Amino acid sequence: MQEVLRFRPLGAEAVAREDFVEEARQFRRAPDVPSRGLSLTIRGLRKSFGDNEVLRGIDLHIPAGQSVAIVGRSGCGKSTLLRLIAGLEKPTAGSISFGEQARAEDIRVMFQEPRLLPWARVLSNVEVGLGRERSSADAQARAEKALVEVGLGDKRGQWPSVLSGGQKQRVALARALVSQPRVLAFDEPLGALDALTRISMQRLLEQVWRDQGFTAILVTHDVSEAVALADRVLVIENGRIAHDFNVDIARPRERGSAELAALEGAILKNLLEGTEDSSDDL
Amino acid sequence: MSLIDSLTRVRAPKLPRADGLIPWIVPLAIILIWQLACVTGFVPARVLPAPTDVALAGWKLLLSGELIRNIWVSFWRASIGFLIGGGIGFAFGLANGLSQLSAKLTDTTLQMVRNIPHLALIPLVILWFGIDESAKLFLVALGVFFPIYLNTLHGIRTVDPQLIEMGRIYGMTDGELFRRVIFPGALPSIFVGLRFALGIMWLTLIVAETIAASSGLGYMAMQAREFMLIDVVVLSILIYALLGKLADSASRALERLTLSWHPAFQKH
Repeated sequence: MQEVLRFRPLGAEAVAREDFVEEARQFRRAPDVPSRGLSLTIRGLRKSFGDNEVLRGIDLHIPAGQSVAIVGRSGCGKSTLLRLIAGLEKPTAGSISFGEQARAEDIRVMFQEPRLLPWARVLSNVEVGLGRERSSADAQARAEKALVEVGLGDKRGQWPSVLSGGQKQRVALARALVSQPRVLAFDEPLGALDALTRISMQRLLEQVWRDQGFTAILVTHDVSEAVALADRVLVIENGRIAHDFNVDIARPRERGSAELAALEGAILKNLLEGTEDSSDDL
Repeated sequence: MSLIDSLTRVRAPKLPRADGLIPWIVPLAIILIWQLACVTGFVPARVLPAPTDVALAGWKLLLSGELIRNIWVSFWRASIGFLIGGGIGFAFGLANGLSQLSAKLTDTTLQMVRNIPHLALIPLVILWFGIDESAKLFLVALGVFFPIYLNTLHGIRTVDPQLIEMGRIYGMTDGELFRRVIFPGALPSIFVGLRFALGIMWLTLIVAETIAASSGLGYMAMQAREFMLIDVVVLSILIYALLGKLADSASRALERLTLSWHPAFQKH
């Protein structure tokens, strides 16, 4: 039996171990999820913007279909890591490789802002997500199916400007899902939503992840969101992975349960401790 | 795609009759007061003829065919000049908005030329082209070039970079990115330029026709001044107002048609 909470500080030595990949594989949870996802291996990843080194050597293996949350204080490099994984930035050094050859449509990103085209109706916005398959005969049917999946089947003919913030984010989710991606990266996708909409969106995200079995990478500053959604929580400090928690709590998870709260408390404690003696233990 | 979407969905204007008449109350009242002032002799006819006299002059010119011919000539000059100048302005706006190299190469020059009042070129243009058609077309084209250029450039530069990044992530080609993201994003600004340009188009044409022409509305007004036909002069001025309003309405209708996604166009 795994412990409910595992705390594992990763020093540079531990990362370099040969059995790193194997050990990370054990972190995979939720065997009930049929995985179509791609596994992801990151080695020695560094990223600098000018003189500012944002990522200082990330080694990470994410097994196929796992849902990983990346938390950290603002400016710690978590969004940069996500943008590198999504191919929006080029690494300064190191490599990111997927388990199999990935098509462009296999990797999708959802941002904090919905980024919908205001001049296209909801359905055409979802069709954008099909990428190169946009012109295929069943494009419209697929877009409609994705809209139904996020609960907005009746909004297909609306302009984005009449939708609420949560609805816009659902359309953005449908657009990300329509190509049936195998890796879905979320950059604070619920950051701009109110508390109630957030909770229902979290449920929706968990549900589509369980249904579709993609590998999910969620960047968030909200630790409670991270423990509610993810199999595994990574804490990033000063451009390195400082902690790697396994969230071994059965789904569906009950919001506000003692288990979640205990884990959330432990992660927060580590986050706060890490800020005090940040550079010494890394 | 998005433009076609909006075309099929444009709402028929459902303004109640009374609402549509409100903007005309003031012009009608002005004409009424004007008529009264003339009839009572408060304004002498040699200063300002009564609206009925102006209408009569218009009717006579209409019957002789002179009015239609002059309006047509002016309209033709305005449209062709507008198409040439607007087309070139739009092309430069696109090129400089999309390509850094092109912007570096031409923008400074264009900004310098922009600060020359284009009507200051009239003496030069007369020397170059005489009072030929090309003189008028040149001036109109030059006048409409800048508002279209500046607003197209501004529109393209201010398209939300997050949307462009989104388009790239979702695998849009350069052509698709332009058609689906950049052009629709720049369109509201392009329309602002269009409406400015329409105003400048009439202004330039009338000035040019007044100074150097042998046909057209401006010429008609100048001829009437020679013969002291004050009713025809007033008639010409009223026709300018009407044509200007017509051009503005046309651009507004086009705007409503293509920008129906915009929150500003969804309430009315």
